[in-house]
Amino acid sequence: MKRLTGISASRGICIGPVFPFIRQELKVESYCVDDTKEEVARLDAAITKAKDQISLIYQKALGEASKADAEIFQAHRMILEDPELLKEVKTKIEKDSTCAEFAMMTTAQSFSDMMSAMQDEYFKARATDIMDVGNRVLRILLGVAETPTADLKEPSVITADDLTPSDTVMLDKRLVLGFCTVRGSATSHTAILARGLGIPAVSGAGEEVMNIIKGTRIILDGTRAEALVDPDDEMVAQYREKIETARNIQDAAMKHTHEPAITRDGVRLEVVSNIGNVEGARQSIENGAEGVGLLRTEFLYLERTSVPTEEEQYQAYKAILDVFGKLPVVLRTLDVGGDKEIPYLGLAAESNSFLGQRALRLCLVRPDIFKPQLRAALRAGVGNNLKMMFPMVATAQEVRDARKVLDECISELKAEGKAFAENIEVGIMVEIPSAALVADQLAKEVDFFSIGTNDLSQYTMAADRTNPKVSGLSNAFFPAVLRLIRDVIKAAHAEGKWVGMCGELAGEPMAAPILLGLGLDEFSMNPPMVPLVKQILRDLDAGEMRSIAEQALNLESPKQIEDLVKEKVPFIGQLVD
Amino acid sequence: MKESRIVVNNKVGLHARPASVFVQEASKHVSEIKVSCQDPDTNEIREVNAKSILGVLTLGVFQGMEITIRAEGEDEEPAVVALVSLVKNNFGEE
Repeated sequence: MKRLTGISASRGICIGPVFPFIRQELKVESYCVDDTKEEVARLDAAITKAKDQISLIYQKALGEASKADAEIFQAHRMILEDPELLKEVKTKIEKDSTCAEFAMMTTAQSFSDMMSAMQDEYFKARATDIMDVGNRVLRILLGVAETPTADLKEPSVITADDLTPSDTVMLDKRLVLGFCTVRGSATSHTAILARGLGIPAVSGAGEEVMNIIKGTRIILDGTRAEALVDPDDEMVAQYREKIETARNIQDAAMKHTHEPAITRDGVRLEVVSNIGNVEGARQSIENGAEGVGLLRTEFLYLERTSVPTEEEQYQAYKAILDVFGKLPVVLRTLDVGGDKEIPYLGLAAESNSFLGQRALRLCLVRPDIFKPQLRAALRAGVGNNLKMMFPMVATAQEVRDARKVLDECISELKAEGKAFAENIEVGIMVEIPSAALVADQLAKEVDFFSIGTNDLSQYTMAADRTNPKVSGLSNAFFPAVLRLIRDVIKAAHAEGKWVGMCGELAGEPMAAPILLGLGLDEFSMNPPMVPLVKQILRDLDAGEMRSIAEQALNLESPKQIEDLVKEKVPFIGQLVD
Repeated sequence: MKESRIVVNNKVGLHARPASVFVQEASKHVSEIKVSCQDPDTNEIREVNAKSILGVLTLGVFQGMEITIRAEGEDEEPAVVALVSLVKNNFGEE
């Protein structure tokens, strides 16, 4: 048996055969054909089939991803219908008697080169599109499977280098037990997908992941961030028992999940969800979330070719807000920087984008991006319970600047006679240590805080959470981070404001006693975690947890704090082991 | 043959969504349609097939540049009228 360790990207345990996701290399040979007419017919047939595939993916993406994700495939279709491209491929076959594969490959390459030679980022993205489409036609001509997972037939653990949205859209999710990737992080696409599906995932487990042979039995423990390759039967039996216990606990929690989370001593907590699309909204309701503590809006901006219009955003937000009706939904404004590939925004690459002009910093200098989003959200909030949240705040002035833009949008909408949500609550993410340190000042400027523990940990500990070598340091259970959390909650409560948490920590069973003890009001997490966290909170006594939290802050390491929690609240220990 | 010149005034020029809307409209007509413009650096006139998204994109038309739309065929008149009005209305954007 071999043990691989990585970063916990999604909790839970699964056991199953490995299915490696390998992008097949397309080997194209140049040869002459006798019957060029027949060769053109072969090309036409392949192009027709490619168009059918794209239409199917488009429909699928519309159904389960977002309209923005789907748009990329529409662009692909247009490239396949391009008369100039088709003319050139056909000319090559007819004049030079080259085979369809070689003609297609060289043409796609030359068009793609032409695009990437242009300065504009937008064209560079189109260059990738052309190669994608060209490769699709080549796969059909060469008889290679459409996706590396085309012959995934039994429930498996997918191993991969890293996965992109286009890789996973065609994946039959019912056959995926978990993901184990070479690269990637707790915030990569694979991690977000896995948490949404409620299945385990381990990222950044190293190159050895791809050495595991297809069909090898593997135990994937997303909670402990490890993969046990080819375990013996005894080990498997042990883990099966763990899975069984976890399932029983989840089932029991599910039965009461539509009841509120009230502690033994009568403190009512709000348990809400982190979502990024309509599918997540439906999942939230099913799992008993009492609203949304974090609505990510980045999905509207990724994998597309132009800024989403106000109208498009309005439709998307409204679709989600309508699912929740009177339940609160906290919408976070655009949270991107130079690390995200959004060519049409024209963001310059930064040497350290996590410390760069990202999120609110970017929005404040780009009203052309910021205002349409604020206007769309305000309009979509009519009749619903919308709250607005700004990410990446470091100073009080930034909050005032953001509110000024919001006020401008409100005046504009009023002048235009358009309906919009009035008197909404406005809050900020507390994820930069400076914000935590001046939380008393910031509390005067806002209606609420939401603590983003993922970023707060990595900025406080100066440890990149996407770097497996130091990601261990980027842990919110270090007392340094917990002390900041304590101060933030105290400062907010002193001003009569409420505090939520939308980082990973809020959905950690182990953290629930500490966070309750520190006085957190709202817990926001991925929908599958809601039932369990609600159940845990019901079994705790807030007064008792206050003294445990106090003790925890005087310890030195996450390990010591975990041991303390296990000792004082034994049932939590049983849950996580 | 029918020909018309017009200045592209929308923000992104003939790129992204506007380019695809333009090509989709051109593709509705049977006439052969060309679109051309002068390269601001070299002053060279470049002409591409208006039904080709890749052609239109590589033409590199930015806000404020003048393009010439030329159609030849049985529906040349309505083709040019439709494309010109599309550009005039900033491709249906606000």
